[in-house]
Amino acid sequence: MRLATRRRFTAAGILGGPLAWTLVFMFVPYAIMFTYSFYTRQFPTMVPDFQFGNYLALFADPQYYQVLLRTIKIAVLVTIAAVALAYPLAYFLVFKVASARLRTALYVAVIVPLWVSYLLRAYTWKTILGSEGVLNSFLVWTGILDQPTDLFLYNQFAMVLTLTYIFVPFCVMPIYASLEKIPASLKEASKDLGVGPFRTFLAVTLPLSVPGILAGATFTFSLTMGDFVAPFLVGGADGALIATVVQSQFGTALNWPLGSALSMVMLFIVLTIITLSDRLERAGRLDLG
Amino acid sequence: MTDIIELRNLTKSFTGGIVAVNDLTFAVREGEFVTLLGPSGCGKTTTLRLVAGFEEPDAGRIVLGGRDVTDDPPYQRAVNTVFQDYALFPHMTVAQNVGYGLRIGGVARAEITGRVQDTLRMVDLLDKIDAMPNQLSGGQKQRVGLARAIIRRPKVLLLDEPLSALDVKLRESMQVELKHLHQRLGITFVLVTHDQKEALVMSDRVVVMDAGRIVQAGTPGELYDHPATPYVANFIGTSNLIPARVVGAQAGELLAEAGPLRLRAQADGTAHATGARVLLAVRPEKAILLPPGTATSGGASAIEGRVLERFFHGNAVRVSVDIGQAEPFMVDVQLQRALGEADMPGTGAAVLLAIEPGSVNVFADTAGVRA
Repeated sequence: MRLATRRRFTAAGILGGPLAWTLVFMFVPYAIMFTYSFYTRQFPTMVPDFQFGNYLALFADPQYYQVLLRTIKIAVLVTIAAVALAYPLAYFLVFKVASARLRTALYVAVIVPLWVSYLLRAYTWKTILGSEGVLNSFLVWTGILDQPTDLFLYNQFAMVLTLTYIFVPFCVMPIYASLEKIPASLKEASKDLGVGPFRTFLAVTLPLSVPGILAGATFTFSLTMGDFVAPFLVGGADGALIATVVQSQFGTALNWPLGSALSMVMLFIVLTIITLSDRLERAGRLDLG
Repeated sequence: MTDIIELRNLTKSFTGGIVAVNDLTFAVREGEFVTLLGPSGCGKTTTLRLVAGFEEPDAGRIVLGGRDVTDDPPYQRAVNTVFQDYALFPHMTVAQNVGYGLRIGGVARAEITGRVQDTLRMVDLLDKIDAMPNQLSGGQKQRVGLARAIIRRPKVLLLDEPLSALDVKLRESMQVELKHLHQRLGITFVLVTHDQKEALVMSDRVVVMDAGRIVQAGTPGELYDHPATPYVANFIGTSNLIPARVVGAQAGELLAEAGPLRLRAQADGTAHATGARVLLAVRPEKAILLPPGTATSGGASAIEGRVLERFFHGNAVRVSVDIGQAEPFMVDVQLQRALGEADMPGTGAAVLLAIEPGSVNVFADTAGVRA
């Protein structure tokens, strides 16, 4: 056998499995979902069709587009909050912690929550923010409040707080990686040229960590867009997110075509964000070597 | 001339107890080109980083232009650094890199543009003014680093092994360029290098360091001809080191014995008692290779030997001669129009080495200092 042929067989052998997996369990379901989104609902099932009624309904019925807008708003807020928290943390870990061992320990401490059940972590906030929760007990105990308030839980604030907490590690990781890649000599060079620490941060460190910020923001935004646990646990009446609606369309509402159309719109938004962020990252990609 | 940098009893150690700089006292005169020379780990880079302000000394003071700057952060010191890895800002163009310090320092835009162009012209890189660093070759990057460091007209320019990443040809031409730049700018240059040739070619004064201390400081010529220790004798250029014993002294000369050999050396002022163990150092080009049986002139020591190997260097031939010592003796013969490689004695040929007393440096042979 010729070497090139042999190489091709080896490559096919290695890549074949994962490719087949992706094809069967990702592209086929997406294709099915895409097809369903043009079907017509006929309670309790649906009939094959090719019509845009489902999509039109999404943009005509305020019930749907308002949820979509709310989801985008929550996702933007969570992204901003997560980046705002993750950046100083990653900066501290990379530049301020002198001991490598301590740095690793702290980094692991940021990552460890990811190993704990997602549901459990979201549920924690219920016990903190609830009317019988830790926060209320504390405020009543200190006398700041006369009686427990239910202001903390079952609203969008609780949702942003919970989702931020859950997704912060996804922001810390890429920002940490991008800060760690910046050679120490660049900051030294800046200071050597008479520029103080703050201006050095703005002119050198921050621009060079933009790829990490973009990656973290993209993770957080996309994951928030598809979340349905936080609205369920801490969201309350006005807290439904798009994923909650999709879930109910495939569940109790038994409207698979509409659920599929909603899913497609979500997929489109997330893919747009990922593509944009990838473009931006590529445009700003620099050789730090 | 006044001292522009004064280092007083500077000490710096790192975690793990490594003493990088050990009680260093040293001054650099204004306008001088000084090189800190030594192998890696000798403390030369740490010394430079202390002057730049990137490291804080454990003890000692740093005085720059008459002002104590020991406690000043790097951005308040009137020095600029050329980095070994160039340290160019990858997200800025060449012009932005060079003008960086001025721009954030609040200098007017028009003035920055003019000064950036002037400085880039000085390093012959005006055509790359809008290029990004990753579009430049190593030599070009280092020119940008240089331009960026000199544009602020520092009192002292610190150069941290700036040429070590460049290939030999480029390195040699950059050495000449740096020297010219030093003459043109008139500012003080402090260079750190492990390359002794570079140090000899460029510097007014060379400071040889070892284990955080200064071993010897002097002009390149002084260091080469009168090394203070065997370490310097072998670090700067090469030396044949012959362990010997003093057998007598007379009329400003020392007579030493190494096995069957007897060598005359000019006494350098240091008294070596008869019977003392010494190291004799002879530069390969200072010995004269002669046919056996040639009568040598009055004072020179004559040593008989046998050729072991020959190494052709183009302009010279290094001949390795067995003189009955543990190490063969290296002698360089400069080739000339009438003296080609073919005229050199072949392997196994008997030869005579003539060594003038003035060409022999004598060191006390204390254990541990032998390089």
